[in-house]
Amino acid sequence: MTLTSPDVERAAAVEAAGPVEGTMHSWDISTGVDGPGTRFVLFTSGCPLRCLYCHNPDTWWMRSGQRVTVDQVLTRISRYVPYLRAADGGVTVSGGEPLLQPEFTGAVLAGAKERGLHTALDTAGGLGHRAGDDLLDATDLVLLDVKAADEDLYRRLTGGALPPTLRFAERLAERGQPTWVRFVLVPGLTDAPEHVRRLARFVAGLGNVERVDVLGYHRLGREKYAALGLPDRLRDVPGATPEQVLAARRSFADAGLDVT
Amino acid sequence: MGGRTYRPPLEAGPDEKVSTLSLVAQAPAPTTLDPPPRDPWRGFTGATWSASVDTGSFIQDNYRPYEGDAAFLAGPTERTSRLWGRLLEMFPVEQERGVYDVDVRVPSSITSHAPGYIDRDAEIIVGLQTDEPLKRAIMPNGGWRMVEAALEAFGYEPDPVVREVFTCYRKTHNDGVFDAYTPQILRARKSGLITGLPDAYGRGRIIGDYRRVALYGVDRLIDQKRADRAALDIRRSTDEVIRDREELAEQIRALEDLKKLAASYGFDISGPAGDAREAVQWLYFAYLAATKDQNGAAMSLGRTSTFLDVYIERDLAEGALTEQQAQELVDDLVIKLRIVRFLRTPEYDALFSGDPTWVTESIGGIGRDGRTLVTRTSFRYLQTLYNLGPAPEPNLTVFWSPDLPEGFKRFCAQVSLDTSAIQYESDDLMRPRWGDDTAIACCVSPMAVGKAMQFFGARVNLAKTLLYAINGGWDEVSGEQVGPVLPRIHGDVLDYTEVRARLDVMMDWLAQTYVDALNVIHSMHDKYAYERLEMALHDSDVHRTMACGIAGLSVAADSLSAIRYAEVRPVRDDRGLVVDYETVGDFPTFGNDDDRVDEMAVDLVHSFMAKIRRHRTYRDAEHTQSVLTITSNVVYGKATGNTPDGRRAGEPFAPGANPMNGRDRHGMVTAALSVAKLPFDDARDGISLTTTVTPAGLGRTRQEQIGNLVGVLDGFVASDGFHMNVNVLDRATLLDAMDHPERYPQLTVRVSGYAVNFVRLTREQQQDVVDRTFHSGL
Repeated sequence: MTLTSPDVERAAAVEAAGPVEGTMHSWDISTGVDGPGTRFVLFTSGCPLRCLYCHNPDTWWMRSGQRVTVDQVLTRISRYVPYLRAADGGVTVSGGEPLLQPEFTGAVLAGAKERGLHTALDTAGGLGHRAGDDLLDATDLVLLDVKAADEDLYRRLTGGALPPTLRFAERLAERGQPTWVRFVLVPGLTDAPEHVRRLARFVAGLGNVERVDVLGYHRLGREKYAALGLPDRLRDVPGATPEQVLAARRSFADAGLDVT
Repeated sequence: MGGRTYRPPLEAGPDEKVSTLSLVAQAPAPTTLDPPPRDPWRGFTGATWSASVDTGSFIQDNYRPYEGDAAFLAGPTERTSRLWGRLLEMFPVEQERGVYDVDVRVPSSITSHAPGYIDRDAEIIVGLQTDEPLKRAIMPNGGWRMVEAALEAFGYEPDPVVREVFTCYRKTHNDGVFDAYTPQILRARKSGLITGLPDAYGRGRIIGDYRRVALYGVDRLIDQKRADRAALDIRRSTDEVIRDREELAEQIRALEDLKKLAASYGFDISGPAGDAREAVQWLYFAYLAATKDQNGAAMSLGRTSTFLDVYIERDLAEGALTEQQAQELVDDLVIKLRIVRFLRTPEYDALFSGDPTWVTESIGGIGRDGRTLVTRTSFRYLQTLYNLGPAPEPNLTVFWSPDLPEGFKRFCAQVSLDTSAIQYESDDLMRPRWGDDTAIACCVSPMAVGKAMQFFGARVNLAKTLLYAINGGWDEVSGEQVGPVLPRIHGDVLDYTEVRARLDVMMDWLAQTYVDALNVIHSMHDKYAYERLEMALHDSDVHRTMACGIAGLSVAADSLSAIRYAEVRPVRDDRGLVVDYETVGDFPTFGNDDDRVDEMAVDLVHSFMAKIRRHRTYRDAEHTQSVLTITSNVVYGKATGNTPDGRRAGEPFAPGANPMNGRDRHGMVTAALSVAKLPFDDARDGISLTTTVTPAGLGRTRQEQIGNLVGVLDGFVASDGFHMNVNVLDRATLLDAMDHPERYPQLTVRVSGYAVNFVRLTREQQQDVVDRTFHSGL
């Protein structure tokens, strides 16, 4: 059987992707949480941020992950193609921060697309400049964590800088890239009404944001901090109440956004 | 073969009580102005089913597929709510006492009891097992000791005359079985290696084609059976032929009794049903008769919804019924199905807790010609979960395919979200094997309605079998020699090859002992407790399966995985018996789509099936097996010691084919995919999977949750999965999961980016999850 020209290109792309390695924390298949439908979710290891509320501090260091090749990941994903397609789902690359490993992440997304799957990228956006156009071309949906609308608050919350995330958000808007924004509501930290309204206005102004997920801070996973020898700096902060989450959702809805 | 003999249908409205006697007395002489009697088959087409008894063809020729949504459905009428309300008042009393009431004096038969009503003026469909709702009857043909034990447990005195009859004059199934059991079988039973055998309770797993009574009337069916009986007269009188003749004679008697039962309620069912109400009533009388004749563990209903829809559609077209009345008919039928009751012993309740009857109705699916078999009545049956509130009975079972109409799929998912009362089976796996008139008996066991019956065989304890392999046939709990003697295993670390070879020997012996036991049981059940009414509603040349089963599959697979991939050191007691295991190192566990261990599970299913097939079955029944435990996973766990996978003595097994709780690390879909690998053709009696999820684990909005659940089911069936019991937890069941995690395997808390098995959380964390889950906090 001779390969047609697109097949040759595809084979070359696969070959080029072959030896690319990355570090992975874990994977699972879940429904309704990291993008539409039932999805294969790859959690990469390593993150430049240190968010106070992170429920996966065990993803912070690349070195604690498992080295895997793109081939290995795509072979694993291939097993689920019939399921994911029948279930109108796809593949999400999350983490950690996937853009810490743009070549690996891009190859996984491209490989998933080649197998006819919908793709999503879950990122905090701070390393958005490392996402090439071809990576974004292979991404059907960006799940963008916009953690705060204020630079000082952002730094206190994450240890990182806000402007790169905002620039990435604008770049996605320019590209018309379908995007869902995620915002974690932490009582006493990110829940000030004026703050939420400011964030809502920014997000609404982008034009490409299909929906906003307001995620209430929860305390599952906090025991990981002690296990890792890390201080739990939100030890005395209770989980967000339904009322608090609802209030934040209203602010986003008032700005004209679809909120869940 | 006998013409269509019937009496003119009685022209009565839906709410009038009818009596043939009163009409005969009052009927004026016919004049030319009287309308001619209505042809009960008016408007029906099809040559095959009118020439011979063939319900499947009738359905195919006359049903109307429905591809729309649920918007047409009607809520309950006031009458329905009032009637159901009366029963709702009785249930708490029944719960507290264990039974509402028992008739200790009259052994049950089709004609044993006077007519009974819940509320005579309010019922549309009539008929009770005894003369009072929720009053249970004794059925001593299965065994007298069981009847006594049950009566005593609930504070009733057995009747001395009945006792004398069933101890001196009438031998029971239970008596017969224990006359023919061997010491080997008895030892295996006692140790918990094989339990739950139907030697002390009705075997069930027989679905009469109750629809035939509605379609043809009883007389036509009697004619057919008489012809079948006559055809045996020219055959030589061998054992088999003699038995067949006698069975047919019994079946004919049962059909006559069925007519008497209906007549006692004022109905003449010798001819076909003439409208929807009659169709429901005739069908229900047939089913009722079965539940008066037998107390099988599973008394399943069959595939009735699409059949009844033919009559309902005709009535709607004739203007004889409104949608509200159609729904009311279905509601009334389901009310009756929900109050089927059998008197059981405490041992039985431990095996099958919760008073189950498995009145399983198979809904939906797709026909051989590609048209969906979903009708409006498919929706109406599910609607009863709203009109009457959720309930486990009738056991509503949807035959799923990704090709089902969207509207129906979404309605099913919505009903699952709201009630958790539906289970799903792959129509795509069943249809090519058994055709499009297949129904499920009990939970997962398919067969063509009216054409096959199952010899129910409960299940063997595969985990204990592995321990026997390690201990050379000695029971790890009692220290008794139960299995064949093998030399002791020496050495500090278990060797996989050695253990697997010994397991093979143990499984060989077990398969032989198991089939031996089942042959005894079913021979005696046929002899002393024959299901004459149910079998009267089968084709005479019926296909039989010997439905074996295995429990503890995931325990056995994980244990073998530990032995192979980790280091398992046996801990011996002073008798030299291995009673515990020190397992060091990681090993793959079933439920993570890891072929290394999943292949072990596949191999266990495949090889045990092969071993069973080697043994001759009673009446040459086809060998099948299920991976299903119902609630006996708890009983089996109690009887089994420490296992190499780390499970502690006495802890429950996972139910059915489920992975062990907490060992699934990649989500419920991945766990389901491990189960989907089990070879269906080596487990044709069914593979059971229970899935538990919180609404948040399906999506953030209700519409999303519905769509995503449809997707989960589509994906599962597309991946060759067979069965899924879907529990979408509400607050109450989530609280229950804290106290009884074994009831909710694979429950995973999943939020964006975070997942944890519920069973691994601390109690405080679990409470936190409960508090947050239903307030969109998670």
